[in-house]
Amino acid sequence: MANFNLEAEAIHIFREVAAEAENPVFLYSVGKDSAVMLHLARKAFYPGKPPFKFLHVDTKWKFKEMIAFRDKMMADLGFELLVHTNPDGIKRGINPFDHGSAMHTDIMKTVALKQALDHHQFDIAFGGARRDEEKSRAKERIFSFRTAEHRWDPKNQRPEIWSLYNTRKKPDETIRVFPLSNWTELDIWQYILSENIPIPDLYLAKKRPVVERDGTLIMVDDERMPIKDKSEIKHEMVRFRTLGCYPLTGAVRSNATTLPEIVQEMLLSTTSERQGRVIDSDAGASMEQKKQEGYF
Amino acid sequence: MSEKDLISSDINAYIANQAAKDTLRFITCGSVDDGKSTLIGRLLYESKMIFDDQLSALQKDSSKFGTQGDEIDFALLVDGLAAEREQGITIDVAYRFFTTDKRKFIVADTPGHQQYTRNMATGASTASLAIVMIDARKGILEQTRRHAFISSLLGIKQIVLAVNKLDLVDYSEEVFNQISADFYVIQKEHLKFDHVQAIPLSALKGDNIIKLSKNTPWYQGPTLIDWLESVENAKMGKGLLRLPIQYVLRPNLDYRGYAGRIVSGVVAPDNRVKILPSGVETVIEEITSMDGVLDNAEEGASVAVTLKDEVDASRGDMIVEAGAPAELSDQFRVNIIWMHEQEMIPGRSYILKIEGGTANVTIAKPRYKINVNNYERLPADVLELNDIGSCNISLDRNIVFDPYEENRTTGSFILIDRESNSTVGAGLIRYALRRASNIHWQALEINKTARSEAKSQTPCVLWFTGLSGSGKSTIANIVEKKLHANLRHTMLLDGDNVRHGLNRDLGFTDQDRVENIRRVTEVSKLMVEAGLITLVSFISPFASERDSARQAMGEGEFIEIFVKTSLAEAERRDVKGLYVKARSGQLKNFTGIDSPYEEPRTPEIIVDTEKYSAKECAEQIISYLVDNGYS
Repeated sequence: MANFNLEAEAIHIFREVAAEAENPVFLYSVGKDSAVMLHLARKAFYPGKPPFKFLHVDTKWKFKEMIAFRDKMMADLGFELLVHTNPDGIKRGINPFDHGSAMHTDIMKTVALKQALDHHQFDIAFGGARRDEEKSRAKERIFSFRTAEHRWDPKNQRPEIWSLYNTRKKPDETIRVFPLSNWTELDIWQYILSENIPIPDLYLAKKRPVVERDGTLIMVDDERMPIKDKSEIKHEMVRFRTLGCYPLTGAVRSNATTLPEIVQEMLLSTTSERQGRVIDSDAGASMEQKKQEGYF
Repeated sequence: MSEKDLISSDINAYIANQAAKDTLRFITCGSVDDGKSTLIGRLLYESKMIFDDQLSALQKDSSKFGTQGDEIDFALLVDGLAAEREQGITIDVAYRFFTTDKRKFIVADTPGHQQYTRNMATGASTASLAIVMIDARKGILEQTRRHAFISSLLGIKQIVLAVNKLDLVDYSEEVFNQISADFYVIQKEHLKFDHVQAIPLSALKGDNIIKLSKNTPWYQGPTLIDWLESVENAKMGKGLLRLPIQYVLRPNLDYRGYAGRIVSGVVAPDNRVKILPSGVETVIEEITSMDGVLDNAEEGASVAVTLKDEVDASRGDMIVEAGAPAELSDQFRVNIIWMHEQEMIPGRSYILKIEGGTANVTIAKPRYKINVNNYERLPADVLELNDIGSCNISLDRNIVFDPYEENRTTGSFILIDRESNSTVGAGLIRYALRRASNIHWQALEINKTARSEAKSQTPCVLWFTGLSGSGKSTIANIVEKKLHANLRHTMLLDGDNVRHGLNRDLGFTDQDRVENIRRVTEVSKLMVEAGLITLVSFISPFASERDSARQAMGEGEFIEIFVKTSLAEAERRDVKGLYVKARSGQLKNFTGIDSPYEEPRTPEIIVDTEKYSAKECAEQIISYLVDNGYS
C-alpha cells in the first residue's frame, strides 16, 4: 500500500489541473515515468477519458522501438497524440553527431517544446520529472511556473503549502506540472510491476548491436550512426535505464530480462540513474541552467 | 536477515516488503550552520541512497566548496542550487527521499534563514514530524523558538529536538539536559506538541543516528532512526468523512461521478451522507475505479463516487458524514502567515483558495501579530513577509470548513493576489464568526430592476481612473451634464468631495487608499441598486481595488474608463499645485511621484487627454454608452 498515497496524490493533481486549466496537455515521452503517468491519468478520469491532449516532442532521433510503442499505446487507448518536430531544426539538419548533444537537445527538444506549447496555446503541461532524479529537481515545485519566455526562475517560485495549488497566471505564462514529484525510481518500478503497466522492451536486457563511444555503449538503431568499420559493432546483452535520443542514451551491460531483475540490478548498482544520459555530464549546475532555459 | 540481503537473495520478497511500507513525511529546521543539511546527507548516506558516481562528485565538490577540509561534506549532497553553493546556505524547500527496513521517508529540508520562514511553513504543512536542530554550543536560539512555533501552529504533533554538534562540547550530559529542560518550559507554556523527543547527536560524526553512541553512555533513549521508524504517522483530520468535490466526471449521460481526495474518514456504499452547502442528504451508491468497484475507501484515497439520488453538486461542494457535517460560514477568525514581499493590505480583496474552490475575501486590520521569537502579541496595521497574525476575514460566499485544529485540510487556505497572481499568504481557520448568520438580508419587494424600469434606464457605474490632474472630474462632469440633458438619472461621486465627508478619516497610505475605494465601491453599489447611472471619479491607483469594484457589480454594470495622461503632462498642468508640493516633499504618498499608479490593462474605454479635449473625450464616452445600450 506504500504507493497508495503517491497514486492518490498524483490523481489529485491531475484532477486539479483538469478543473482549473483552460488548455492542458500531457507531455508523453514514451519512457517508464511517462507510462506510469499515463496510467494515473487514466485512473483519475475513469470511466471517462482524460480531458486533455497528448503531445510528443519527436527529435527524429528516438529509438525506433519507442515510436512503435508510442503509436501502439495511443491507438490501443484511443487517445489523440500530437507529434511535434522543430521544422527549423530539420531544415538545418541538426543532429547529435555533427552538432553535439547540447545543441541538438536545445534545438530539437527545448526549442521544439516551446514551439509546440506556443502554437497550441497550452497553458499547463504535465511532465514526468521526479524530485529524486537530480539535486536541482529536489527543490522543484509540483506546479512550476514559467515566464512568457518559458524560463524557470528558481528564486521566484510560489510557495506550495498543504496541497493547495495556485494555478492563476497571466495569459502568456505557462505552468509545468509534475504529478510524480514525490516518487522515487524504486516506487516507479514497483508500481509498474504491481499495476502491470506496459513499457518499451528497451528497458529489458537483450542482445543489441552496440558501439563504444567515449566509454559509453551506444546502440546502432539505424544507418545514421557513423560507423568507421563494421567490426566496431558488437552484439551484447544490454538494456537502457532511461530512454531518449538513441545516440545520446548509454546502454548498460545487463542480463536482467524481467522487471524484478531490473529492480535487483538497480538496487545493487553503484551508479545513479541519470548517468547514462550524455547531457548531464557537464559542470555541477548544468541541469539547473538547462531548466532555466526551458528544458523540461 | 536484513532487508538489504533480500535484494540479492529474493528480490520479489524485497519488492513486496517495499509495497507494504508506509511513508513518514518530516521536516528538518534550525538555524544557519546547525547542521541540517549535514544530517540529511548523513541519513541518505547511511541508508545507502548515495551512488558511487554521486559520492565521487561529492568528494570532488567537498574540496572545492566544502567546509570540512578534506572530509566529505554531506551538506553539499543536499544543497542543490548554484546560488546556494556560492552563498553557502540553503534558500528553499528541498524534498529528499530515503528508505529504511521499516519505513519510507520524505524529508522537507527547510531553511533556517530568517527571511525564508515562509518555506519552513510550507515544509511543515504536510509533515507529521519536525526535527528541530540545535547547536549544542549555542542552546535554544530565537530561530529554535520560531521553528518550534511554526511547526506547532501548522499542526505537527511530534517533535524531535536534535541536540547536534555534541562532539564540540565533549559529549556533555549537562549541556544536553539543560537544553532539553529549557525546551520543555517553552513547550509547556506555548506549544501544542503531543510529544517532545530530545536526542543527543553529532550528524558529522554519526553519533546516535543509527546506533547508540559510545560517546554518550549516559543516553539510553532511541536513536534518531529508531525514533523515525516507530513514531506514529499523523492523520490529517479527525475520523469524520470529509470528501471535497474536486471534479465532476460526466463521460456519458448515464454516469455522474463525484471525484475528490478523501480528506478524513471512510466512504462506503450505502453510507448516508450530506452534500454541503446545500444540505441535501443522500446515500453513496458506488465507488468507481479502473480496478473495479471498491468496497470502501479511506483517508488519503483519491476516489470517484456516485450518489443514489440526483443531487445538484459541483466542484467546491463537500460530501460529509450525514450525522457530523462540517460547518458553513463566510466570516472567520484566522491565523495568517504572510508570504510575500508586498505587505498585506486590510480591506483589499484577495482570492482565497481552499480545497476544491475559491472565494473573494477581504481581511480586516490584524488584531495582533505574534513575535515568534518570544511569543508576544504585538499591535499591527499590516502583515509583512514572514509575519504571523490573527485576523478576521470576510468572504463573498459561504464555504464548507472545519477548524484547522480538527482538520488540516478542510481548515486551511491560501491567499492569492489578484494583480500578480502570487500566493501571498497561508491561512488557518480557527473558528467562524457568527455575524454572517445574525445579519440577515432584508428581502426588499422593490428591487433594482423595478427602480431602473421606473427611470427607463440601465443602471451602471462609470469608473474614471487616472493620475491626479488627468482631467477625470472635468470629463465626468461633462458626461453627467449630457446624460442629465438626456433625462437620465445620475449621481457623481468625486474623490475630493467624498474625502470631505464619508472618508474624512482616511489619509493617503496604501491601506487608507484601499479602504477609500472599498467604501466608494459599496456606495456606488447602492447607487446602482437605486437604478442610477453612477459616475465615480477617483484616482483609484491600484488594479486590485478596481478589479474588486468590478466584481462587486453585476454583469455589464461596471465600465472602467482610463483617463490617459502621461505623468509629465499631468505635472505640467498641475491644476491644484499638488505636484510641486509632492516634488518638494511637502506632500507624501502622492500618486505618480512616491506612490504607484497601476494602469488598467483592459478598460472598457480609454480617453487620451493629450490628443483630445475634455469635451471630445466626454463625447467618446457618450457614444460608447449609446452603442452599448446604456443611454
